[in-house]
Formats: sequence, C-alpha cells, structure tokens
Amino acid sequence: MPDTLASQDKTQGTSLIVDDREGGLFRVNRQAFLDDEILEQERDKIFNRCWLFLGHASELPNPNDFVTRNVGGKELIFNRDRKGEYHAFLNTCPHRGAMVERQEFGNALGFKCFYHGWAFNNNGNYATRHQPGVYPEDFNGDGCANLVPVKLQQYRDFFFVNYDNGANSLESYLADSRMILDLIDEHGPNGMEVVGGAQKYSIRSNWKLLMENSYDGYHALDTHETYFKYLTDAIGGPAEMPKVTNVMNLGNGHASIEGDAPWGRPVAKWIPAWGEKAKTEIEEIKREVVSRVGEERAGRICQLGRNTGIFPNLVINDIMAITIRTFYPVEPGLMDVTAWALGVKGESRDFRKRRLDNFLEFLGPGGFATPDDVEALESAYRGYAAYKLAPWNDISRGMSRADGEPFKADDEEQMRCFWREWDRRMGAE
Amino acid sequence: MARSVYEEFLYEEAAMLDEWRLDEWLALFTEESVYEVPRAGAKDSADSSEDLFYIADNYFRLGHRVKRMLDKAAHAEWPRSVQSHMISNVRITGSDEKGVHVTCRFITHRAKNDVTDTYAGHHNYILKMVNGELRIISKRSFIASDSLREQGKVTIIL
Ligand code: FES
Ligand SMILES: [Fe+2]
Repeated sequence: MPDTLASQDKTQGTSLIVDDREGGLFRVNRQAFLDDEILEQERDKIFNRCWLFLGHASELPNPNDFVTRNVGGKELIFNRDRKGEYHAFLNTCPHRGAMVERQEFGNALGFKCFYHGWAFNNNGNYATRHQPGVYPEDFNGDGCANLVPVKLQQYRDFFFVNYDNGANSLESYLADSRMILDLIDEHGPNGMEVVGGAQKYSIRSNWKLLMENSYDGYHALDTHETYFKYLTDAIGGPAEMPKVTNVMNLGNGHASIEGDAPWGRPVAKWIPAWGEKAKTEIEEIKREVVSRVGEERAGRICQLGRNTGIFPNLVINDIMAITIRTFYPVEPGLMDVTAWALGVKGESRDFRKRRLDNFLEFLGPGGFATPDDVEALESAYRGYAAYKLAPWNDISRGMSRADGEPFKADDEEQMRCFWREWDRRMGAE
Repeated sequence: MARSVYEEFLYEEAAMLDEWRLDEWLALFTEESVYEVPRAGAKDSADSSEDLFYIADNYFRLGHRVKRMLDKAAHAEWPRSVQSHMISNVRITGSDEKGVHVTCRFITHRAKNDVTDTYAGHHNYILKMVNGELRIISKRSFIASDSLREQGKVTIIL
C-alpha cells in the first residue's frame, strides 16, 4: 500500500490547488512556480524528505568505483568500497568543507581532501595519520572526522538517497512504481546499463513544469509536429498516435501513461527503416523476452511504451529509447536537468546505435522534440509573470469522466496525481 | 591545396548558417556524410554508437533537421534566433582515403527571447573534392565545456 493514503485526509493542503472533483475542475495557482519562499519549502518538505534517484548499479561495475553528482542541491559521492559494498557520502570534508572528490567518476581506494590533506577510506572512515599531540587521544571517537553517510537504498539496480533519517523504506515509498522498474529491468536477460555518459542541460523554467511535460499525453501533436513529420518519413508510413492508452496511478504521487506508438523499439519492435537483417534479429530478441517473462509481459515490454513520473523528480521514459531524467530547481525559474540513456547489457553495436539514434532524434538538447518542450516551458514561465491577473493553470482534462471509466493518456490525471502529492506534502507541518 | 582554400570554404559555410541559407548549406554535404555534436566535454574519439551525443545525424536526418529548422512548427527556432558564427585557427591536420582533415575553433552566438547564448569549441571536418567542388564528408562539433547548463540546447547548426 502507498504510505501516504492514511495521512491524506488529515492534511489541509495548500491554498494553491483547487481540486473540485464534483465540478470536474483542477487548478494550480501560478504562484506555486514563482515564489522563492515556496521553493524554500519544497527543499525542506520535498527534496529533503523524499527518496531521490542517485544512480544506477551499472555505473559502478567494480569495487572501488565512484561517481560524484549533485542530488537535491547537495554534492554526493556514490561509490563501492573494497568489499564491493555501495555507499553514498556527502562530498564535503569534515575538516572545513572542501569537496573530497572532484572528478566525475573514477576508481579509488580512498579519498584525499586537497585542502589540508585529510584522507578517508572508501568506506568513509577517517584515515589520516597525524603527528601525536595535535589532536586529543580519542579524536574521531564519535566519528566526527568521517565522511557523512547518506541514507541509501536500492530497488533492483536503481539507487536512491534520502536526507531524512526517519523516512519510510524505499520499497514502500516507490509503491506501485516498482512495477515500472521491474518492466525496465526485464528488457534484457542480464539487466540494463547506463550508456556513455549523461546529457546535462538547463531550462529557464520551474522544475514542476518539466514533470508535467514528461508524461503529458495531450501536447504531443501540437508541440512535436516536426518530429512526427520526420518519423513518418523515417518509418516509411504515417506516424499514428497511440490507439491504446492507459493511465496508472502508482501511489504516493507517482504515475505513468502507457500506450503503443509508431516508432521502433530496440526491445523489440521492428520498423522497415531498420532493414530485413534487423527484422530477424528483433524476432530473436522478442523470442528471448517471451521465453523469459511470458507472452503477456513480453507484449508490454516490446509493444507498449511508458512515460513514468516518480515523485518528485524522477522521469523514466520507456518509449523509442529508455531515458532516466532528473531535474532540480536552482531558482524558481531555472532548473538543471540530467538525462541518462539505459540500454540492454550485451546488446549488439547495431542495436545500441539504433537505440541511441532513437534517443537523439526525439530527446535531449539537440533532438527534434525536447527543445520544443523547453520552449513551451520557458514561454509558460514568462506568462506567469502576470500571475496576479491570470492566476490559474488548468489541469482538469478528463477529470469529469464517469465514475469507473478509465482515464486516457491525454487526460491529465497523471499530473493531478503529482499535484495532489505535492499539495499534501507542502501543506503538512 | 593551400590552407586558404579550406579557410575560405569554412567562412562561406559560416555565412550560410548566419544568413539561414540552410538548403545551400545542406548541399555542402555528400549523401554519405555525418554531422555530429558529441556531449559537451567529450573526447575527439567519441563514438555515436557507444556514447550519448546531442546530435548524430546521417544525411537523411540532417536533411530533416534543415527542413525542421525552416518549419514554423519548430518552436524552439520560431521566431528564429539570430546567430553569428565565428571561425578561426584553421589547420590541416592530415588526410586519408576519406579526405582532408581540417580543424578549426569556433564561437557561435545565438540570441532569442532577449537571451544570448555562446557556444565555443572546435570543429573537426573531413573535406573532399567531388566533381570539382569541395564537399563535407564529416563535420563533428565539440563544445568546450562540461555541460550545456549555460545554453540549455543546441537547436542550431554550430
Ligand atoms: S578541508 Fe579537507 S582537509 Fe581541510
Ligand atoms: Fe514533449
């Protein structure tokens, strides 16, 4: 069970949301995107309390491997020690604060601070040999000179951190979104890996707008007209929008939209542009998936795609390629985005190339789609400057469907899932 | 050929981009050519079959990129941005069966919505004479930065 349901009734929420289920209206006040004070509260009540995606196991294949990254505004080291155990530490020296590791990734038995030379084993323990007499005998008896560990848990190969020591387990936090991570992990017989680095870019807009956009099934045709023109030509036939679509409320503010789509999928849907040889290979890949997970699940993995938002800021697009994306506010009107590509471990060079091509032609700072999303988010943000005169965003689409009638991907229910959770957490004391 | 021939070619190319003469620009490429922008900070050896790039176009996709940029529905470039492409430090670094390898530094400015973004880095070209005209076999643009945090996107040709 999602761990939020019990407390849902107790909180009043903020006054920035109108959730009128009888009237079929859902609105968000534009102030929610603009205020420095709201951002402060988001840091405190959301980013400091939710489970945040840190990295993927494939990034640290060997003992002593490390990566450094900024998660929720804090510099972290994500590493494995000599025994292969995983750790997450604040990347700040207990002496006077300098970053103890400044490379993006590497392999190291320990970390040595460049400022005064304090050294640490890669399990975080203070390891400096200093002359006798300069520090008390029992210096570091309480661990004050060790690197500060951060609460770290994994689900499958996905690692998350939580800055709140009292937080519930990752499993209960992820609720039904675990099913999405399961499906991702089952694309290949040996699991998945992060491919060739990250795209790091920025958007001059509020971070919550990117969350909405990432599973907004309503904007595709208008915003991405040029991509669909390209796709029509690339797949050698009209690019039709998904006929089957589902919306899944995954609990705790997580949600996903699922559907079929016209593009090829490396696992495992062929398009003519890939040629006959690829067709034989795809059939082979599909047979393998079916034999491993069964016909029905294989259909979901090979035919359907999913755009998933895991509250507050992890997006997993399993569409023409698989992307992991996080984004953090720098200011109310500026966010830093990081995007990774996930590929099947051991897939052939040709399929890896197709996967990366699929990624690039739609997604990322040079794609045929993402820059237009960015333009939309940035122009919306400029519009919000007039929030006092035009205060509300509308997120009501599909809300007044008859009871029990399932929501479709171009309804906005998935965003309402996000906003209800945002509201609950922001309203809570 | 003298370096000045290649230099002249690159200046002309830059002018086509500044002036948004993109069809003319596309005609500089052969049908086997590639246009790539690896991830900021990537090494010259970066490979689009293994590494995540920003752009890795074959001629087919490059043609659509140009089409897209000239299309009103490419919202990121409509209204279109104003650009200035600067080329310098042109050097011939070698030649092989594919063609002559030419490298240069670039600074490209892109201005839209009252924001000016700067892209700096180097281009690696492979150029070849085809039917008496110099053509591009490969153009790879390396951004001298560790990320696109500053610029946010590459919706133009660098
Ligand atoms: S700040 Fe690290 S040793 Fe002084
Ligand atoms: Fe989009």
